Amino acid sequence: MDTNTHHIIRVVGVTKTFALGKLPVQVLKGVDLNVATGEYLSIMGPSGSGKSTLFNIIGGLDKPTSGRVFIDEVDISQLDAYELAWLRNRKIGYIFQTFNLIPVMTALENVTLPMIFAGMHSDHAVDKGRQLLDLVGLGERFQHKPSELSGGQQQRVAIARALANDPAIILADEPTGNLDSSTGGEIIGLLQQMSEERAVTIISATHDFKMLSVSDRVVWILDGRIDKIENRDELNISLGTIQERHASAPR
Amino acid sequence: MTGPSDSQPRQKIARQIVLPWKKSLAMAITSLRIRFFRSLITTFSLVLAIAFLCFTLSNAAIARELFRMHGDVALPLLTQAGYTIDPTGQNILTGPKELWLMFLSLLVCTVGIVNAQLMSVTERFREIGIMKCLGALDRIILRLFLLEALFLGILGAGFGAVLGMIAAWCSSVFHFDTLSYTHMNLLPLLNQAARAWAMGVGLSILGVLYPAILAAKMQPVIVMKEEY
Repeated sequence: MDTNTHHIIRVVGVTKTFALGKLPVQVLKGVDLNVATGEYLSIMGPSGSGKSTLFNIIGGLDKPTSGRVFIDEVDISQLDAYELAWLRNRKIGYIFQTFNLIPVMTALENVTLPMIFAGMHSDHAVDKGRQLLDLVGLGERFQHKPSELSGGQQQRVAIARALANDPAIILADEPTGNLDSSTGGEIIGLLQQMSEERAVTIISATHDFKMLSVSDRVVWILDGRIDKIENRDELNISLGTIQERHASAPR
Repeated sequence: MTGPSDSQPRQKIARQIVLPWKKSLAMAITSLRIRFFRSLITTFSLVLAIAFLCFTLSNAAIARELFRMHGDVALPLLTQAGYTIDPTGQNILTGPKELWLMFLSLLVCTVGIVNAQLMSVTERFREIGIMKCLGALDRIILRLFLLEALFLGILGAGFGAVLGMIAAWCSSVFHFDTLSYTHMNLLPLLNQAARAWAMGVGLSILGVLYPAILAAKMQPVIVMKEEY
């Protein structure tokens, strides 16, 4: 296969139906999507569009009702519990809106935990953890608990943790959703830097328009289907209209 | 069905997610220390139940020793205190009422532990979900909860057993103050305390089993569900 078109993620005909009470609700109505290695992809869409569901399915946190998701050409709906755990541990790094650090552990312990799970020797894990915290600009605060860090700092720890086992993919679910605008900007900058320096594929679900300018592609989800996919060059032209649409949308 | 060629890579992957025992122990202890009061409440019913169990067992052990040393002199006193002599006339037994009370207190204690541990698992759903997102296997979560329960059991039941033993000793010195204790063999007494201790550790682990399995089986997607 040509390296230029190597797809780290392939989503093929994915549907997802939830049983809401006795009523089945189809949240995803057939989604096809290819994500190239090293790409920075944003998934945009209003609440209830199926954005989060698609996101969870790509991350192996949820299973599709039908269709397939390939990560590195492995169909993840066919994986058993051990293989899924391995996938989450090595292949994917997760970043959440609510940071989701383990509150009883220090920043360093949070970052080293995935490496310990991966069987890395404790000393190596600590060394690498310190390096990663340096990288995200928190080298001095490695012994602080999450409650002693600001939101932006917690998200930096979460980014360091997501990078712990050198994953191929980072999934960021509204990474700036709980941060103020300037802190959010810093986090976006950091993610962009990671994507460029480490060639990590970044997929983020977001409402944040600052995220779009750094994305290689933006996927718009509407009513459980892909509405449109825009590349960065198309995006710069249409950004004005996006913001207009956003401003005029009923809140 | 998976053939040998099929299961080989699977086992390889299974071994790749690990949590060394040393690290598991450290995490369990940290968790207990940080949630000290929560752990205290979880253990409290265990301490009381084991103290009662140990008190009853120790009392019987002391009574048997007194009967062995003093024979018929001690008999009326012991009978008055509620002990029955077994048919062979060789031994002193605890009354059926005490046995029932013991059984009930242990039952209540186990239910209390299950309740407290379920609460503790619910409080930690998020933490468990995060660990699973980071690749933790079911059995790693299970192990952490079992280790915590083991420590709680060892400490709580140990404390309860010592408490019960001391109470039994004081009570018997108070009730049978006319008898001499000088040549008493303490081994049966310690033996009963050890039994109560082991029972407590067992109950602590039994009580956490269902909550821990519940936690281990949890799907990691729960972490994302918060905003729905």
